[in-house]
Amino acid sequence: MTLSSALLSGNGPLLESDALTLTADVLVIGGGPAGCWAAVTAAANGARVILADKGYCGTSGATAPSGTGVWYVPPDAKLRADARASRDKLGGNLADHAWMNRVLDRTYGNMNELARHGYPFPLDEQGAQLRRGLQGPEYMKLMRKRVKAAGVRILDHSPALELLEDSDGVAGAAGLMQRTGQRWSVLAGAVVIATGGCAFLSKALGCNVLTGDGGLMAAEVGADFSGMEFSNAYAIAPAHASVTKTAFYSWATFYHADGREIEGAGSQRGRSVIARTLLTQPVFACLDRVPEEFRACLRELQPNFFLPFDRLGIDPCTDRFEVTLRLEGTVRGTGGIRIVAEDCSSRVPGLYAAGDAATRELICGGFTGGGSHNAAWAMSSGYWAGEGASLYARSLGPNATKRQPRGAGRATLVDHGPRELLDTEAIIRGVQGEVYPYDKNLFRTRAGLAASREVLDGYWKALEARPAQLAREVVRAREAAAMVATARWMYATAEQRTETRGMHKHQDFPSLDPTQQRRLHTGGLEQIWVRPDPQQSQPTVQEHAA
Amino acid sequence: MIELVSEERCIKCDLCVEACPTDVFDAVPDGAPVIARQEHCQTCFMCEAYCPVDALYVAPHTDRSVEVDEAELIGKGLLGSYRRSINWNKQAPHRTTPELDEKMHAFRRLNTQRLASGR
Repeated sequence: MTLSSALLSGNGPLLESDALTLTADVLVIGGGPAGCWAAVTAAANGARVILADKGYCGTSGATAPSGTGVWYVPPDAKLRADARASRDKLGGNLADHAWMNRVLDRTYGNMNELARHGYPFPLDEQGAQLRRGLQGPEYMKLMRKRVKAAGVRILDHSPALELLEDSDGVAGAAGLMQRTGQRWSVLAGAVVIATGGCAFLSKALGCNVLTGDGGLMAAEVGADFSGMEFSNAYAIAPAHASVTKTAFYSWATFYHADGREIEGAGSQRGRSVIARTLLTQPVFACLDRVPEEFRACLRELQPNFFLPFDRLGIDPCTDRFEVTLRLEGTVRGTGGIRIVAEDCSSRVPGLYAAGDAATRELICGGFTGGGSHNAAWAMSSGYWAGEGASLYARSLGPNATKRQPRGAGRATLVDHGPRELLDTEAIIRGVQGEVYPYDKNLFRTRAGLAASREVLDGYWKALEARPAQLAREVVRAREAAAMVATARWMYATAEQRTETRGMHKHQDFPSLDPTQQRRLHTGGLEQIWVRPDPQQSQPTVQEHAA
Repeated sequence: MIELVSEERCIKCDLCVEACPTDVFDAVPDGAPVIARQEHCQTCFMCEAYCPVDALYVAPHTDRSVEVDEAELIGKGLLGSYRRSINWNKQAPHRTTPELDEKMHAFRRLNTQRLASGR
């Protein structure tokens, strides 16, 4: 077996041949909200921290260009009970009340901390701050400032390509500096994966850096996943535009091209009707149900929403405009790396996961984690992962820096197959062809899932066997591999859930099966396995911590 | 997608090159940055937010390039309109008129109810 870094750094020892080699107690991969909270918390615990982002910490990811609600609920027993209950049924009763409570507590604390750090929350009638939402640009600018002030070294434009491991577990990561094409590596006591979900390059707002890279790297060291069948979130957006902010569409009427109203179409329960209509014809929308006196407020509440309309010369409250459903995959879905303990550790020693890279089933079950729940999860899980990773790194003692790990990356990095180069772009288009169509991913069938799996398995074989050779191509090829892997975990898990629950709609099994009220775990790369959570073998209504 | 780097307005600070999460721009010595990889643009508008002189324009179309005319964009008030709309860089809470404030609170409540109703 060739050392996985061979293509990038020659066949020499891994670390010595790299252009930039650093050591840290904690390496955080990903600079969105989860990564920033992890970095800040680890540093506050005395860890030396490095944060590597594929793009730019402060603008990368789904949060930065958006405004988002936050699951911020004051510690009042009734309010908290309502907050938990609102998600139980929607999520198919797969969430865990103890985790919901932890996240509600942590989010409340973290939001108040943001206020102390000067986040400019809007004011209510009495002049008190409204802390139930965050504007992405402002939030992430503040978080970058806090990360820097905590003494964290930030590596921008530095995608990670693979984790480093030895017999004790994960020991860092290696990647590329996008600008120079040179390799970086960080030897670290613990690694936090905060690379976001996977939206398959659909151009949903801010999502094109979210290609599932962290999931691929985690799987290569043996981490597993939970909730991967809940990965088919689609957002309403103006056709040809990226702004996937859907909060106002509950005020929309949906129309055929000839102006007839589409019966049953709606933003939430009627989204399937929109998808079915889009399979054969265009769909138009108009926010004509917003009472006239409130139309001016919409702009104040969510300025980003109006950006594409203003630039297209459309008034969304009076004009009909064409809409589409854009795939947000596991970004607004709930599947991700499985968390095995309260410190957000994965099942691999030294590896932690936070934000959308981790499963959000614990607080959302099988229904979209979008908006307020994902924002709450990012800041809570980031906090815990940063804390957990720093404690783990400390427990390794002084020997941590003497480890000699190897690169764990395989697909597109290891050169043991045919010599011809990979057609990465063709594979990316191919994966998109299996996960974008509503009649494959939203309306799932036994035959459709099996057919997609066969195609995707073929892509995986091609990616596994062939190397990508130029620096920029290596990053793109790893993205392709991560997307193929994510799609395979999604559909393999969907095949095992022979019912309809949460966002997983199975046409051959259109109703909920009470005996399947348990989470599904997924893992593997070459061979994929799926099994029910062994601790949930008896379906129970989880009330233990309520 | 990103369509314009205004030569006239650009002060060559290269903040857009740094801030773009998908590495669309290349810096040019003594010149305005160039749009080197337009196809990588995800239409997130972050470069516009970070540009201190409103020299950039991201067209709303995410799947195709469109012609833009700088003078026309300026005439329509579209250069820098994103930065203005998100009240970027303001440290004080955003204040509106008391009437609009009241409306916003009423609408927030209505919108929450409407979302909870599952429509």
